[in-house]
Amino acid sequence: MNLRVEGVSFRYPSGVLALDGIDLAIPSGQLLAILGENGAGKTTLVKLFNGLLRPSQGKVYIGDWDSAEHTTAALARRVGFLFQNPDDQLFERTLAREVGYGPRNLGASEAEVKRRVARALKLVGLHDMADAHPYDLPQPQRKLLALAATIAMDTPILVLDEPTIGQDEVGRGAISRILTDLHRMGRTLIMISHDMDFCAEHAQRMLVMLNGKIHVEGTTEDVMGQTKKLDEAEVAPPQLVRLAQALKMPGTPLTVDDFVDEYKQWRKKKKSK
Amino acid sequence: MIELKKFSYWYPGTEQSALDRVSLSIAEGEFIGIVGANGAGKSTLCYALSGFVPHFYNGETEGQHTFNGQDMASLDLGQLAGQVGLVFQNPFNQISGARFTVREEIAFGLENLGLPQNEMRARIDEALELVNIQDLAERSPFSVSGGQQQRIAIASILAMQPRVLVLDEPTSQLDPDGTRDVFTALSKLVSTRKITVILAEHKLEWLATFCDRVVALGGGKLRAEGSPQAVLSSEQMLRLGVGRTQYSEAAARLLRTKQLPVTLEQARKALK
Repeated sequence: MNLRVEGVSFRYPSGVLALDGIDLAIPSGQLLAILGENGAGKTTLVKLFNGLLRPSQGKVYIGDWDSAEHTTAALARRVGFLFQNPDDQLFERTLAREVGYGPRNLGASEAEVKRRVARALKLVGLHDMADAHPYDLPQPQRKLLALAATIAMDTPILVLDEPTIGQDEVGRGAISRILTDLHRMGRTLIMISHDMDFCAEHAQRMLVMLNGKIHVEGTTEDVMGQTKKLDEAEVAPPQLVRLAQALKMPGTPLTVDDFVDEYKQWRKKKKSK
Repeated sequence: MIELKKFSYWYPGTEQSALDRVSLSIAEGEFIGIVGANGAGKSTLCYALSGFVPHFYNGETEGQHTFNGQDMASLDLGQLAGQVGLVFQNPFNQISGARFTVREEIAFGLENLGLPQNEMRARIDEALELVNIQDLAERSPFSVSGGQQQRIAIASILAMQPRVLVLDEPTSQLDPDGTRDVFTALSKLVSTRKITVILAEHKLEWLATFCDRVVALGGGKLRAEGSPQAVLSSEQMLRLGVGRTQYSEAAARLLRTKQLPVTLEQARKALK
């Protein structure tokens, strides 16, 4: 499902203008990363997608819906939301009930709820703990649980706010696999993250925000190559891009494989000169 | 300064030890990084090094645990609190909730030290400046973002001017700018005041750039210890679920070298 933002501004009751004239089209099935320093407006923007906030000006379309004509509850059927802090969205007594809460609320049959719970818990690797209490899990695993609860809603669009925060290599690997799966299933994925190495590896497109505006947008390779723009937005390129720049090597390698290939070619060319 | 010898610790009611015969000696003025997968014992080691184990968390211990040569368990908690500060992983655990502004929140700990007003003010201003949140001083600690709360939690401990500062993933919610502010502030304190900093962290590139020594944990055991490059470049980090920097990963595919680079500068030199 696609998503369109037209001429959107948002002002908090405190008077802070958090979004200032945003135009954006996210096609169906895209994996988009939204970057920018703390306070740039990233979280405010994505909260408009599921109606947690409503624009002060402009329109947000979720597929063929004008979001202004739908309640937050209705929008939740189209846009799933993983909060930055998992504790903002966990309140049930067991993992299974937590993950089942959303689908049950949407009116899914018990058999369907069970199926979705099992699948979502399996995806995040918590299926052995279905009867545990969410708060018996350490925070990084609570984040995976919150992700399972978001997945179980089966929404065509998912928003993930800082999915890799506090995760170790194992957790990052799990989230990486889940994103790849969801992407393959054709879901539209929007991720906010400061984890540049992770974004560079997974996102197809990137959007960099600065002071409530879109500062630069494009394919991941294109955006990661725009050193000056990234500097202005206080976004550091991923390690491999920085290394390529430090070596004065051409290209914008986003994965270790890319880097290795580009490095070998570059050395060969250098030698033949 | 802080010494663990074959130290084991069990949380109350658990059979599996959270720390298993850990031996570690920390000298004054060191900047030490702790790495490990989630559940490896990083937080528990932070609690032990700051005295929260056994003073706040009960449970069973075995082995030696000393602070300046004295048994940690026998030390007076009040005295210890003046010398060692712990920044929790989750800023919610740190922020008192009993104060209305960030300035008052940071004053909370200082009030208990019985400092004169002007000394308190000076310390608060310095702490705010160190983590770069002067502009938040009059805001409510609950009206700011998670990253900003994390900076407030760090400032509230810095204002206490402990000789030893233990931080459990203090930058998890911070953007790269905020992370740089925190590492720079800590490094400045180590070099100018000779305080000891112990830091559990997943951000390997930052640890490699700033720390004197890195300790790796796995399953409650100490698995590796040494210079950041020696520890963080080793293949063992993959098995421990710590991972490696992409500099190390790229170099591992391109170079035959005894020690892989772990920082940008090391990688640039190795590959140029």
